[in-house]
Amino acid sequence: MSDFILFDPMFRTQYFIGLLLAVSLSLVGAFLKLREEWLAALGLSHIAAAGGLAAGPLGIPVLASAFVFAGLAALIKGLLPRTDNSHYALMIFVGWGAALLLAANTHQGEVIGQALLRGQLYFTHTPHLVAAIILLAILLSALSWLSPKLLTERFFPDYFSANRLPAWRHRLLFGLLVVGAVVLGTLAMGAMAAFAMFVVPPWVAFVLVKGWRKALVLTVIIAAVAYTVAFVLAMLLDQPFGPTLAICLAATVSLRFLANRAAREQGAPAEGPLGGRQQLDQ
Amino acid sequence: MIEHNASSNQDEPLLSVRELVAGYKGPVVGPLTFSVLPGEVLGVGGRNGSGKSTVLRAITGAARTFSGSIQRCAGLTVTHHQQRPELPPELPLLGRELLRVMHADRTDAPEIIQPLLDRPINQMSGGQFQLLQAWACLGGDAELVLLDEPTNNLDGRAIDALTAFIQTERPPRAVMLVSHEREFLAENCTRMIELGDENGSAEVHQDEMRRVSGGAGG
Repeated sequence: MSDFILFDPMFRTQYFIGLLLAVSLSLVGAFLKLREEWLAALGLSHIAAAGGLAAGPLGIPVLASAFVFAGLAALIKGLLPRTDNSHYALMIFVGWGAALLLAANTHQGEVIGQALLRGQLYFTHTPHLVAAIILLAILLSALSWLSPKLLTERFFPDYFSANRLPAWRHRLLFGLLVVGAVVLGTLAMGAMAAFAMFVVPPWVAFVLVKGWRKALVLTVIIAAVAYTVAFVLAMLLDQPFGPTLAICLAATVSLRFLANRAAREQGAPAEGPLGGRQQLDQ
Repeated sequence: MIEHNASSNQDEPLLSVRELVAGYKGPVVGPLTFSVLPGEVLGVGGRNGSGKSTVLRAITGAARTFSGSIQRCAGLTVTHHQQRPELPPELPLLGRELLRVMHADRTDAPEIIQPLLDRPINQMSGGQFQLLQAWACLGGDAELVLLDEPTNNLDGRAIDALTAFIQTERPPRAVMLVSHEREFLAENCTRMIELGDENGSAEVHQDEMRRVSGGAGG
């Protein structure tokens, strides 16, 4: 039955769009977690949702409108000398408020708003597929260049200014990748499910393996498996896709508990069950 | 204002600081005048709040220069080991992966670093992470290494290892060392700058340093 659903020509394109996005969002999420900016994904996804709702009044395509809104928010964030969770919370409030007000006051707003909240994967088409392929291609081709720079900046924050090296190139590219992933993820999966795809796979993977590369690979595997299970379950049980995906991703957190329990039984240092680190003093 | 020399050689300073007044929203330290020569370990001492860390941050561009100049030799490479480096709580990055980031993943890593190479940083103690970061700065190819209170969190064995890190491979590498531990400064530095309460600087030579600190070896 699941084979039938996954490879049914009616849903094949939609399945692959979501799969490509699962890989992109989870990978970007790993770097957001590295930079401790993961809450920014939720802020930007709400801004993107507001942008999608503003497309009607502005008379431009939903994808373009969502990209412009999220891009402007990311630009403002990038221009601030320092951003933290307070700024990301403000983005969430503004995006959420604007999205609901636009939904209440625009033609078809309620319908579009619901679609953005719940995700509209089954209604995505070739333009979304092309955009998802482009996003993933840019991400994968840039990864070997981008990853060392983001790691350097995380551990040696003034390395680039100290060596008079331009930091704007990798910051701009990463910002564009985040915005692209947020916009496509929000339109296809819904704001909250997209946020879960950014946050949960790396959160789980980071306690299961040792090593950055292995963690990135496992992040992608967890995302792809959870996405596929959610896709099948939503179809089989006739449930909305976004919430089903969020629940499936949340279920993978059980792997964290198992890993920590195994570590405790072996007398090894372990994470707290929901993320608190128990530091070794050796 | 940052200036660059057209060229450099072993006799020219890596860094020439003239009448530097630096800070953040307002001035914190200065005016200061000093230079850093290839191969030397220049200590920066002074009381808490005297602006020692701000001097290093002005060199990296993280602090604001209000007046004066910092002249660098062309192409100078710099690494900065910050005070109390934050240990990210959930990153599974291995020690060797962190060293690779700074081009310090050498086959001849010191013995005390070896056990940390295949350990994720989220399973290191604060002291182990501090020592690994110090080696990431000193084991790479930077010509000028800025160390800010590198002995924080370190036990005696680790401090001995840090001393060995600092003393190896110079010249050509130079080190600027900020510490409130006068014995450590005396043991490691070839020259000292003491930041006073009035934020002026007075240069103290190494022999005098040893007398002041009670004759620490080194």
